[in-house]
Amino acid sequence: MTKLTRRNFLAASASVAAASTVATTNAFAAPAAPAASGAGLKFDIEKGATLRVLRWKRFVQGDEDLWNANVKKFTEKTGVAVRTDSEGWEDLRPKAAVAANVGSGPDIVMSWFDDPQQYPTKLIDLTDLATSLGSRLGGWYDVCRKYGTKDGKWIALPFGVVGNALVYRESQIKAAGFDAIPKDTAGFLKLCQALKAKNTPVGFALGKAVGDANNWAHWLLWSHGGKLVDKKGAVAINSPETRAALEYAKQLYATFIPGTLSWQDPSNNKAYLDGQISMTANGISVYYAAKNSTDPKMQEMAKDTQHAHFPIGPAGKPTELMQITQMMIFKHTKFPNAAKAFVQFMFEPEQYNPWMEASIGYVSQSLKAYEKNSIWTSDPKATVYRDSAALMIDHGHEGPLGQASAACMADYVVVDMVAEAASGSKTVQQAIDRAADRAKRFYKA
Amino acid sequence: MRSYRQPPCGRSHHAYRGLLMLSRLLNNRNVLGILFMAPAVLLLVVFLTYPLGLGVWLGFTDTKIGGEGNFIGLDNYSFLLGDSLAQLSLFNTLFYTITASILKFVLGLWLAILLNKNLPLKSFFRAIVLLPWIVPTALSALAFWWMYDSQFSVISWGLMKMGLIDHYIDFLGDPWLARISTVVANVWRGIPFVAISLLAGLQTISPSLYEAAAIDGAKPWQQFRYVTLPLLTPIIAVVMTFSVLFTFTDFQLIYVLTRGGPLNATHLMATLSFQRAIPGGSLGEGAALATYMIPFLLAAIMFSYFGLQRRGWQQGGDK
Repeated sequence: MTKLTRRNFLAASASVAAASTVATTNAFAAPAAPAASGAGLKFDIEKGATLRVLRWKRFVQGDEDLWNANVKKFTEKTGVAVRTDSEGWEDLRPKAAVAANVGSGPDIVMSWFDDPQQYPTKLIDLTDLATSLGSRLGGWYDVCRKYGTKDGKWIALPFGVVGNALVYRESQIKAAGFDAIPKDTAGFLKLCQALKAKNTPVGFALGKAVGDANNWAHWLLWSHGGKLVDKKGAVAINSPETRAALEYAKQLYATFIPGTLSWQDPSNNKAYLDGQISMTANGISVYYAAKNSTDPKMQEMAKDTQHAHFPIGPAGKPTELMQITQMMIFKHTKFPNAAKAFVQFMFEPEQYNPWMEASIGYVSQSLKAYEKNSIWTSDPKATVYRDSAALMIDHGHEGPLGQASAACMADYVVVDMVAEAASGSKTVQQAIDRAADRAKRFYKA
Repeated sequence: MRSYRQPPCGRSHHAYRGLLMLSRLLNNRNVLGILFMAPAVLLLVVFLTYPLGLGVWLGFTDTKIGGEGNFIGLDNYSFLLGDSLAQLSLFNTLFYTITASILKFVLGLWLAILLNKNLPLKSFFRAIVLLPWIVPTALSALAFWWMYDSQFSVISWGLMKMGLIDHYIDFLGDPWLARISTVVANVWRGIPFVAISLLAGLQTISPSLYEAAAIDGAKPWQQFRYVTLPLLTPIIAVVMTFSVLFTFTDFQLIYVLTRGGPLNATHLMATLSFQRAIPGGSLGEGAALATYMIPFLLAAIMFSYFGLQRRGWQQGGDK
C-alpha cells in the first residue's frame, strides 16, 4: 500500500544526508572511531555456506548503502554469499514469526523489540558471541540485556536503538521565558503552558502512530511511576500513579495544537517543519530534513532546532521508550557458524562505526564503546540521541517481554488510555479501567 | 461414434472392456458434467472454501502468528462480545456502512439519471465519472488524508481565506467529524460504481414505457416512481448488495486516513481484526472478529435477495 510514512518522508532528505555523511565518514572515522579490545571469536565457517538475511527497510539511504558495503566485505573475506532482503517495519514482525515457527526462510533476521522473546526456543544460543562482544566493546546496556536474554541466555543481539527525544525551537522556548527544557515534569508543563500562551503550541501524537505515540505515551505513564504490569506480568495499571499521570496528561493536552488525536507517525514532522509547533518528540529525522534542505527558511529552522531528553517525573529517573532492533539466528539455519561470523562481523568497529555514521544518528549503539563515535559530537545537536540505549526502558516494563507486551503495544493500549483521558472523552478512571480490561486479555495466563 | 469394433487379434479382452467402459463413461452426461466442473470446484475449494474454513477454524483457537494454537471453543467470541473496543468497532462499521450506502445509493441514482439524459459530451462525462473508482484506493485515500489534515487541509485553508471559519477544522481529530469525513471519502469513491451500474439498468428501460406513461398523464415524478424505480429494482438489489459488502469490509481507506483513530472512533471490524491479528500477533482473535462480520454480510445478501429480487409482476405476472 502506498502511504506516506515517516520513512517516506525522510527518503528525499536522506539521500542528501547520506551523501554528505559518507563524505564526512572518512574524515573522522580513523581518529575518533572506537576500536575493539582483543580479537573476536573464531568460527569454523561451513563449506559452501550461503546466508539469507531479512531486515527492516532503511530509514535513511546511508544505512542501506553501508550495510550493503559491509555485506560485500564479508563475502570477499569469507567467500560466504549473503543475500539481504528488507521489509517495511510492520511487515517484518509477522514474517519473522512465521519463519521461526515454520522452520525455513531467512537464517538471520534483524527485527524489532521483543520479537526474539516470542520464540526463544527457535533461536540459536548466542551467549558466547554476546559475552565476547560485550567484553571487547565496552559492554551491553542494561536494556539491551533485557531484550536480548531469556533465562540468562542470549537469544538475540540488540543491534541498535532508533532514538527519540524532544525536538524544539530554541528561539520560541526563550521567547516563552525559558533557557532550556526543564528537567522535571512540573517545569515542563509550565513551559508548555507558556508556549501555548505565546501562540507557539507544542504537539505530541495521540493517534495511531506506532512509534511517536507509543514513545511519549509510555514516557508519560512511567514518569509518574505508573506501569501496565508488575514484575510478574499481572496487570497493575489501576494505580494512583497512573491517575496522576493521566491528570498531568490532561493539563499537558490543553497546551497542544489542535488535531493531535489524529496524528500518525509523519504528522508531527510535517507540523514542526511547517513552523506550526514549537516542540514535539521524534527521531533525529526532523532536524536532518531541515538541515539538508536547500530552502534558506529550513536552514534557519535547523539552526534554531535543539534536542533534549524528556523531563524526569515523580518516578525520579529517566523513563523513555524508544525502538530497539535485534539480530537473531534461527536454529533452522544450515550454516550456524557462518551466521555467527556474519553477526560478529557486522558488530566489529570496522563495519559498525561507518554504518552508524551513515545512519546519521538515526540509530544509536547497543554496545557502550560506540558512545565515543564522533557522530555524536561532530554535530552537538546529535549528542542527545547518543544516550538512547542508556536511558530507555523496555516496553514490557516492569513485566516480562513476549507475546503479551508486543500485543499490548500493537493494540495501542497505553496510547488509547492517554488519549481518552487527555482529551476528556473518558474520565481518568474510565480510561484506566478500559486499559486494564484490554491488558488483562493479553496478559492472561 | 457409437460403433465399436471387435478387438484386434492379440489384444486382451480385458483391455477392450476397459476401453469400452471409459468410452461409455465419457459419453455419460452426468460424468462429463462432473468432470467439466471439477477444475472450477477445485479452484473454489483451494482458494475460497479452504481459506474461509481455516479463518473460521482459527477463530476457535488461540493461535498466535507463526505459532500453533489450541482449540478454545467460543472463548474468542465471548471475549469480543464484552470487549469495549470490539463493540465500538461494530457500531462504527454499522454507522459507516449504513450512512455511506444510503448516500451512495441516492447520489449514485441521481447521477445515473442525469447521465441518462441527452447531455452534450455524454460519453465524455460517462467516462470521467468513473475516475474515482479507477484511482487506486490507497492513492485517493492519501489525497483525502492531506485534505483532512489538521494542519494542512486545503478545505480549511480555503474556508479560512474566505473568512468563513477562524481556525482549521479538525477533520480526523474529532470522533464524529472523523466518522463523517471517512464516510464522505468512501462515498466519493463508491458513487461511480453505483452510478454506472444503475445507468446500465436505466438504458434497458424501453422509452415506449415512458411515452405510454406520458400519454396517461404521468408527471416526471410519477414516471420515476411507477416506471423507472420498479424496473430498476433488480439492478438496484444487485448493485447495493455489492456496495454494502464493499463498504462493510472496507479497510484501505481507514488504514490510510486514520488507522482507526481518533480514540478508535473510525476503527472498523476489518481494521481492528487486522490490528489484533497481524501487528498484535493474535491470529485467533483477529479471525474471530472477522468471522463476526459474516452474519452481517449474510443478512445484507438475504435482504437484497428476498426483499428486492425481481418480482412476479415484473416478469409479466399479475402481481
